[in-house]
Amino acid sequence: PAVRAIRGGALRTMAVQGSAADLSVPVLDLEEDDDLEVFSKNTSVADGSPLPTSPSSMTNQYHLDREDPEESLEQNPEERERDLFITVDNPESQVTAIETFIMYRVLTRTTRGDFDSSEVEVRRRYQEFSWLRSKLEESHPTLIIPPLPEKFVVKGMVERFSEDFIETRKKALHRFLQKLSVHPVLSHSPHLKAFLTAQDLTPHKKQGPGLLSRMGDTMRSMAQSMRGVRGRAEEFSSLQDYTDRFNSTICSVDRVTQRVIREQKEYLDELRQYSPTYSQWAELEEGLSETLKGVARSLDLIGQETEGQVQELSEVLVPVLHEYVLCADTLKMVLRRRDNIQADFEVKNEALATRKVEQETVRVCAWVCVCGCVRLQEEVDSLADRLEQANVALRADWRHWRSSLRSDIQTSLLSTAERNVQYYEKVCIQYTHT
Amino acid sequence: MMADSGSEDAAVIGNTDISSAEAENNLRNTMVEKGTSLLKKLEITVSEAEKRTGKNSVNMQETYTVYLIETRPADSGSEAGTPVPDMLWRRYSDFELLRTYLLVTYPYVIIPPLPEKRAEFVWHKLSADNLDPDFVERRRVGLENFLLRVASHPLLSNDKIFFLFLTDEKGWRDAVLETGFQDKVDSRLKSLSASFRVKNPDKRFTALKQYSDELNAVISQLLRVRARVADRLYGVYKVHGNYGRVFSEWSAIEKEMGDGLQSAGHHMDTYAASIDDILEEEEHYADQLKEYLYYTEAVRSVCRKHELLQYEVEMAAQDLAYKKQQREELVTGTVRVFSLKGMTSKLFGQESQEQREQRLAALEQGIQEGEELLKDKNHECQEFVQSAWKDIERFKEQKDRDLREALISYAIMQISMCKKGVQVWSNAKECFNKM
Repeated sequence: PAVRAIRGGALRTMAVQGSAADLSVPVLDLEEDDDLEVFSKNTSVADGSPLPTSPSSMTNQYHLDREDPEESLEQNPEERERDLFITVDNPESQVTAIETFIMYRVLTRTTRGDFDSSEVEVRRRYQEFSWLRSKLEESHPTLIIPPLPEKFVVKGMVERFSEDFIETRKKALHRFLQKLSVHPVLSHSPHLKAFLTAQDLTPHKKQGPGLLSRMGDTMRSMAQSMRGVRGRAEEFSSLQDYTDRFNSTICSVDRVTQRVIREQKEYLDELRQYSPTYSQWAELEEGLSETLKGVARSLDLIGQETEGQVQELSEVLVPVLHEYVLCADTLKMVLRRRDNIQADFEVKNEALATRKVEQETVRVCAWVCVCGCVRLQEEVDSLADRLEQANVALRADWRHWRSSLRSDIQTSLLSTAERNVQYYEKVCIQYTHT
Repeated sequence: MMADSGSEDAAVIGNTDISSAEAENNLRNTMVEKGTSLLKKLEITVSEAEKRTGKNSVNMQETYTVYLIETRPADSGSEAGTPVPDMLWRRYSDFELLRTYLLVTYPYVIIPPLPEKRAEFVWHKLSADNLDPDFVERRRVGLENFLLRVASHPLLSNDKIFFLFLTDEKGWRDAVLETGFQDKVDSRLKSLSASFRVKNPDKRFTALKQYSDELNAVISQLLRVRARVADRLYGVYKVHGNYGRVFSEWSAIEKEMGDGLQSAGHHMDTYAASIDDILEEEEHYADQLKEYLYYTEAVRSVCRKHELLQYEVEMAAQDLAYKKQQREELVTGTVRVFSLKGMTSKLFGQESQEQREQRLAALEQGIQEGEELLKDKNHECQEFVQSAWKDIERFKEQKDRDLREALISYAIMQISMCKKGVQVWSNAKECFNKM
């Protein structure tokens, strides 16, 4: 496998074995131990800075991606070589003096060197998943973090501890970690690693408050930049447009699917009374009996198959649609944050421009001015950098997300269609026997 | 207009694409074959329906539907060109009158039923309005079926009044009223609803009545549930139509997925639209079941008629026995049974010899009449049993044949529906694959 050295960092990339395209996935190069420590340091983003500490390495990685835009869209993320496998299962309720909650088992298998062992098991509750997601959002404000299942279910009196609810939530949590595990950037987050390996998360959680207040700052600057972002590039405007329309569309698809399920269930209820009537009739007859029983059997099969259809929809299509409904909100937030970063930059940039003009027209003490200008210039430069990185990150992740969307939707729709074909084929055969 | 296939039941099973109209034709052909001379000579159709307005019996304006009955010689094909058919218009109430006449005149025959007077077992999309064109169309088919059944019945087809119904537009009513059958209508109604107990019921008739009642219950249940199932299935299909609209919207914002979504959406629209035809065909199946539902009522009334006759025989026998006993008492002078006459004669003195002889003579006559009556009643009853049972056997065969055919064409319909389903979803799959 070809190995490409990256300037300024020990981030190594290896081409995916067996793939024709020169796709790069950040994979730990196990052969060179001296890189290990450097590697983990470089990808660490937990030190309070919201940006990767080796921006150039990150940029280069996305450069590589950008060189093969077509392939990166076509290839299923799952098909790339994976080295991190996470499962969520075995929900158990924990009872303490104050509250009752559910703990899920999170099992990780990996070949990555920076993990202490190749297999780790921890128990986590929903709150902790939520913590993980917040940390990831803070660290990567313009990446599209996969959604978590909702905290509360709004409609219907769903028991927090009902079997169905727990099962649905468990599957969604599993999907959440799955998506993270194949994400080119997020899968290397130290927060994720802590989540997957630390027996007790409490020390990690304590890093929270400082960052939260920083989030507050971001909110305030958002209020400041309500005047709107100037010169937002066309590409981001069209992303905004897409996001809005995607949001309403995906919600519609979700709603329609829910209705289909409802109608199928009501149909099933009536069917359950239909078949026994034919059996009853068969009891009365002699010559007709066999034919009637045949019809009854066919109707029984229809009932079974309809149940299968409902199950298929509920277990395959609905969770996917639901996930993307939640994604739509994430997209909006991500775009907004990017806009804020741009706004921050523009505010400072304007201030700098004003200062420079002042410097030329008003002959104030030169030294103070220059220092101030230099400082301001530094700020502006760093904000410009930040903006550029945010844009790059967003672009790349957008493509990644789009590719996931396409493959997820395609897979689940295909599955539904296949199920329906099977339904009709089976029923057809049964009736032919009658 | 008739199919010339002359096919038997067996042919139906192999043909999976048979339509409801073809199934109808098969039934008709079977009736002709097993039928009688009338149907072999005469082709009968109810070909059209029209709305009319006029004054009714209470002199109020009303709108009603009339049906065109056409008759033509059966071997018309061989002649030069098709001869003009005889035609006349009848309304539903005319058919009802005919049927009542037949019921009264042939009480031992299971008279074919008319299609329902009002729409029953409807599901929400189906109109319950008697003037609705779909309802009228289905009724037209039902009326034609009725005429064909009567025309293929060994006894009923020879009835003069029936023939006039088919051929004499104006004169028929007078003819039927002249038969005086109306007088029998009231007594028949009364007798059928009266409650009485037969001491020695005929086991065969009891079993038949029970079967008929149970069949009635089960078919009613079936039709009710079927209507609800149809309603729900309609909902399922139509809701998929929403996918068509939504996928279309979605395709507008996606580049790679757009085409796939758009074409899949079209298939969803097709799927949603297909349910209308499917359920329309199913109505035909429901009509076939309904016919036999109403047949059970005809069977029931034959059983009841027999019960009544049986009861009358028992009554006559009982009456005769009583009279004989009275004679015996009078002759021997013993009072075995308490009677008011006996008591009063004990209290107020014996009657005279003359009086006794008078009474004896009256009794003798009564006994003679009674014996005649019993003989007649017995004879009537036996004849009734014979004719009725012959018709019942005929009916049983017809029922098994017709219902099996109906069930099989129902299965065929379902198969065709499934094939369409496979088609649509396979197409959708392909579209998704191309996404």
